[in-house]
Amino acid sequence: MEVLKIATAGSVDDGKSTLIGRILYDTKSLTSDKLEAIEKTSKQKGYDYLDFSLATDGLVAEREQGITIDVAHIYFSTKTKSYIIADTPGHVEYTRNMVTGASTSQVAIILIDARRGVIEQTNRHFFINNLLRIKEVIVAVNKMDLVDFSEEKYNAIKADFEALMSKRDYKEQKITFIPVSALQGDNVVNKSEKTPWYKGDTLLNHLENLNTIDVYNQGTPRFPVQYVIRPKTEEYHDFRGYAGKVYGGELSVGDDVVVLPSQTKSKIKDIYFYDKKFQTASRRSSVTITLENDINVSRGDMIVKADDIPTIDKQLTATICWMDSNQLTTGGKYVIQHGVNKVIAKVDKIHHKINPDYSGINTDVTGLDMNDLALVSFKLNKPMFYDAFENHRTNGSFILIDTQSNNTVGAGFIK
Amino acid sequence: MKNTAHINPLENEAIYIIREVAAQFEKPVLLFSGGKDSITLVRLAQKAFHPAKIPFPLMHIDTGHNFPETIEFRDKLVEELGLELIVRNVQDSIDQGKVREESGKYSSRNVLQTTTLLDAIEEFKFDACIGGARRDEEKARAKERIFSVRDDFGQWDEKNQRPELFDMLNGDIEHGQNVRVFPISNWTELDVWSYIEKENLEIPSIYFSHKRKTFLRDGMIWTASEHVYREDDELVEERTVRFRTVGDMSCTAAVNSHAATISEVVAEIRISTISERGARIDDKRSEAAMEKRKQQGYF
Repeated sequence: MEVLKIATAGSVDDGKSTLIGRILYDTKSLTSDKLEAIEKTSKQKGYDYLDFSLATDGLVAEREQGITIDVAHIYFSTKTKSYIIADTPGHVEYTRNMVTGASTSQVAIILIDARRGVIEQTNRHFFINNLLRIKEVIVAVNKMDLVDFSEEKYNAIKADFEALMSKRDYKEQKITFIPVSALQGDNVVNKSEKTPWYKGDTLLNHLENLNTIDVYNQGTPRFPVQYVIRPKTEEYHDFRGYAGKVYGGELSVGDDVVVLPSQTKSKIKDIYFYDKKFQTASRRSSVTITLENDINVSRGDMIVKADDIPTIDKQLTATICWMDSNQLTTGGKYVIQHGVNKVIAKVDKIHHKINPDYSGINTDVTGLDMNDLALVSFKLNKPMFYDAFENHRTNGSFILIDTQSNNTVGAGFIK
Repeated sequence: MKNTAHINPLENEAIYIIREVAAQFEKPVLLFSGGKDSITLVRLAQKAFHPAKIPFPLMHIDTGHNFPETIEFRDKLVEELGLELIVRNVQDSIDQGKVREESGKYSSRNVLQTTTLLDAIEEFKFDACIGGARRDEEKARAKERIFSVRDDFGQWDEKNQRPELFDMLNGDIEHGQNVRVFPISNWTELDVWSYIEKENLEIPSIYFSHKRKTFLRDGMIWTASEHVYREDDELVEERTVRFRTVGDMSCTAAVNSHAATISEVVAEIRISTISERGARIDDKRSEAAMEKRKQQGYF
């Protein structure tokens, strides 16, 4: 079964939760007890329709305020695919959640209220999905019922959005427009009769037809060592296995490899998945590798192909999304977690802030506040083995950890 | 078999998470209930560390009101796989006066487990507890992180959770804090059953259709047992049932079923219109029942 992760983005009241509820309802993924609970609560609140957002807003505070505060994960499956939807909040102050949701997704759905069209928030949602190099973006023009399913209105919104698209960095991103009414179910799962002018797929059909090329793994093979397996039993007395997940490409028995940072050369001897040996480890498989030579490898080291070595450096420059209420300032020290590797990083220079709405950059910066995006250079206490984010989504990204609170305070996309 | 390590994205993700626990923490433990989710976790942990042994113990918080079939199964599994098992009893917490037994029609020891669990975490100084909770089970659980930090009191601060980006898991914590880890967060009930079928895992017999003395209350099928309060007018009848989740007798309802094999169970779940936790009496206490329990440190 293929698994597709989808991030949603939209402003408050664009109807994100309603759209997800609609998908669940029309694919018959809502079980009768959950449906009963929604009916009961909708009635209590005096609504004359079913409030599908109740299916996803899981926290008391969310239901009280009628808004989504935190990312929720929703699951449904069809005959061909399993879907995981990250329902992300639309409020400006919760932008960090949007970055979070998008960081694990292959597809993004951006919602636009047909009455309001492209607004400043839409720019942000698109900017972030483009920054994170989400390969497939669906622009769902919602609440079409409230504009009489007007083709002119839809085309005007589409044209506004296309104007935004010309400014994007990641040009290969595929964008599909769909006119929908989440509340009434038009073009979500079932084709609408009210939009005869729309010739494309429904939202679900579009997802069903997507080729699930895992966009995380574009690039070359990287094998960060997660854990060293030494059974020390009689049978496996000399066994030294390196456990980890393969990113970017395949690794095979006999491949010439280099272990970083020592740059020791070796060859892949065996590839294990559980108790079976394999010739090849495919992308994203969690395998255990043994090497021909008895060399010293530990957690945080990286095994790469000898003819394709990443950048090895004690400094880096990255686009940072800052997620903490305490400011990031020049000279500040943080832990960079790069995959399973950790290094100490000092902020060397904040070059400029990036306005996440395509309105340019701001060079007059002293520090970063929550939800700021900026280009920042770091000095590292030991070398990191990295690729540019545009070439390798996994090996080109990291998180920042505050050394005092231990909180995850930022995300980085390496230049 | 094709000679490429196969991609089951959910399995690979879970193995990755379990390895991160072993690498980032000093004293992890796997919370084991004897249910299908924790049985799945044990298999995933075996896969993560083969040919070495699972480098952490299992722990069962025993309410004393478990189905006997589950306990038998638990002991057999631990022995066969040569695992270390720690058992802590809710009865001891009651005897020590730390918690008081509930009384009345809906009394259950389900909530009481939290105290026993938190005491055990402190006793063994566990810094990471691996659990089989899944986001599709319940809407408060849908908000849960894969690495979920708990404070000194075991509490979940649901509005102030660490963002989790990419597949990077930040396990940095202060002394006294601990992390609850959910490797099968992204699995659905059907994913778990399909996995059990594919791996040919043994599971307790109560998951399969059997005859049981039961009674009806609130439209649900309750087990007739000395541990479950029953009114005089609630008539006991023998029914052909099975269980979809394995909790306490007092909070787990049965479903009518003739599914006697794993493939029949999978077929039944595929067409089911009731969610798995629809048969959990503990969730029905209020719309926010799970969120409240989680804030207090419930697993």
